[in-house]
Amino acid sequence: MTNIDYKIIVGLEIHVQMAAKTKMFCGCELAFAAEPNSKVCPVCLGLPGALPVMNRKAVEFAILTATALNCKVAEFTKWDRKSYYYPDLPKNYQISQYDLPIGSNGFIEIPVPGGATKKIRIRRVHLEEDAGKNIHTAGPFSQVDLNRAGTPLMEIVTEPDLNNAEEVKSLAIELQRIVRFLGVSEADMQKGHMRFEPNVNLHIKKDNNEYKTPITEVKNLNSFKALEKSVAFEARRQLDNFLETGECLQSGNKKTFGWDDIKEVTVLQREKEEAHDYRYFPDPDLVPVVVNEKWLSQINSRICELPLGMQKRFVSDYSLSDYDAGVLTSDKATADFFDSSVKAGGDAKRICNFITQTGLKIANEKGCSVAELGVEPDRLAELAKMADSGQVSATAAVTIFVEMTQSKEQPGRIAEKLNLIQKSDAGELEKIVDEVIAANPQAVEDAKSGDKKSKKAHGFLMGQVMQKTKGTANPQVVAKILASKLKI
Amino acid sequence: MAQKKIDIKQVRQVAKLARLDLSEAEISQFTGQLSAILEYVEKLNQLDTANIEPLAHCLPINNCLREDNVKQSLGTEKTLENAPDKDEKFFLVPKILEDSGGF
Repeated sequence: MTNIDYKIIVGLEIHVQMAAKTKMFCGCELAFAAEPNSKVCPVCLGLPGALPVMNRKAVEFAILTATALNCKVAEFTKWDRKSYYYPDLPKNYQISQYDLPIGSNGFIEIPVPGGATKKIRIRRVHLEEDAGKNIHTAGPFSQVDLNRAGTPLMEIVTEPDLNNAEEVKSLAIELQRIVRFLGVSEADMQKGHMRFEPNVNLHIKKDNNEYKTPITEVKNLNSFKALEKSVAFEARRQLDNFLETGECLQSGNKKTFGWDDIKEVTVLQREKEEAHDYRYFPDPDLVPVVVNEKWLSQINSRICELPLGMQKRFVSDYSLSDYDAGVLTSDKATADFFDSSVKAGGDAKRICNFITQTGLKIANEKGCSVAELGVEPDRLAELAKMADSGQVSATAAVTIFVEMTQSKEQPGRIAEKLNLIQKSDAGELEKIVDEVIAANPQAVEDAKSGDKKSKKAHGFLMGQVMQKTKGTANPQVVAKILASKLKI
Repeated sequence: MAQKKIDIKQVRQVAKLARLDLSEAEISQFTGQLSAILEYVEKLNQLDTANIEPLAHCLPINNCLREDNVKQSLGTEKTLENAPDKDEKFFLVPKILEDSGGF
């Protein structure tokens, strides 16, 4: 019997579209779903004499991201031409960065099961331009739309430090949170703002020998689900292939696969080996970028608290569960809103519940973030205090929160208007309890009896008090009074 | 004559990468010409460049940046004006059988 043990090795390349208004090298607007070929100029078309000029914002966003990913930011970078032979980039090359990327040698921390984190090394972060779109319709032609051509992209490449599909997905999600926190990308998967290319192989131990399977690259994945599933599938496929053929990693046997979203399998892409000869050379149309210390510190002053750090702080400082802290830090606006609300005196768990159980639902329906519902963080803190002190019930607090998103009024005013202030005055409530007891001798007897009927009778008396107060009595206070009266 | 700087196989490869359909006569002609060019340029190797920084650009300037402000694009009609083949809104190109699938 052979003894087999294996480890999955994955490195990930991620393309992230920047949240700039214009393209990388010209002033054409970045517009999703615009009329085809309407956002195009001589630079996009690669017309003779047209010269590219760098978008400052895109360069700064890339530097900011590189710093957030703990990279060394290059003092000197330049642009290179990468040969490209598809009509969606009419220049016949893509402007990219080859040997001097903007950032290198960094790392990202990703959450792994059990609340722990794992460090994944980042090999490089560089800037480049996107291609347009080729549309393959029926008939002898392909249609080309150049609106996307020239869109500023960041390419982020990790070292092969990921060891299963879940880690790969976790990195992708963490990176999405980071670029959103930094404001450098909307990272909207539906709009193709993030595209993934995992490089997968296996290190197999068999009968005291170690084997490495050929590396495969899965191209152009645009959802977390496809990313996770394709890595898991590739690992299984490679193990099967190794057991069947014994094929091992050699120079030149790297293969490229696509992902079939419907069948959920990877599909080998036919390609010519020479196609990988990109023949990079420095782009003479673009001058180098020199990042001096002053510019770098100016850019990096915009770095905010990063999501994972914030999540950990919410757990340690506010005693939230890791899950709740994760939900709150999935976007920066919500995380900041929560944080401000707690800092304004609201109980963390209660504020968290307002946001995760009610706020997110309303925000989703309105297509905005919780921070944009028109409720100020300190007002939510006020409401939390009212609920904590028993002024309003937990249920009423939710009603008031919903109303606050509509009327912009103070929670106290809303509570009064909707008659939701709880009566907690023991003297006043005692009178009402006495009246109820006097009016329902049978129920009182049942309650005192201590047998089966007792619980039901208790509930009935409680209900009578609530009815008399139109639901405004503080149930805890009523229960206390009732208990003491019925003991006699 | 010294050994050729570039052989027929390399010329075929370069032609293929450049999507050039060359005749046999052209291939042998270009092999000679390209070799002569490379030989000529090789003279530069006689220079001692040990202490010279590689040059990324021939102009002594850097950081030519523009602000992220939208400028008027050409619009669909003008964009397509010079296209050899087009329909209402798109460039038309011979059918692409395999796509780039990204970079």
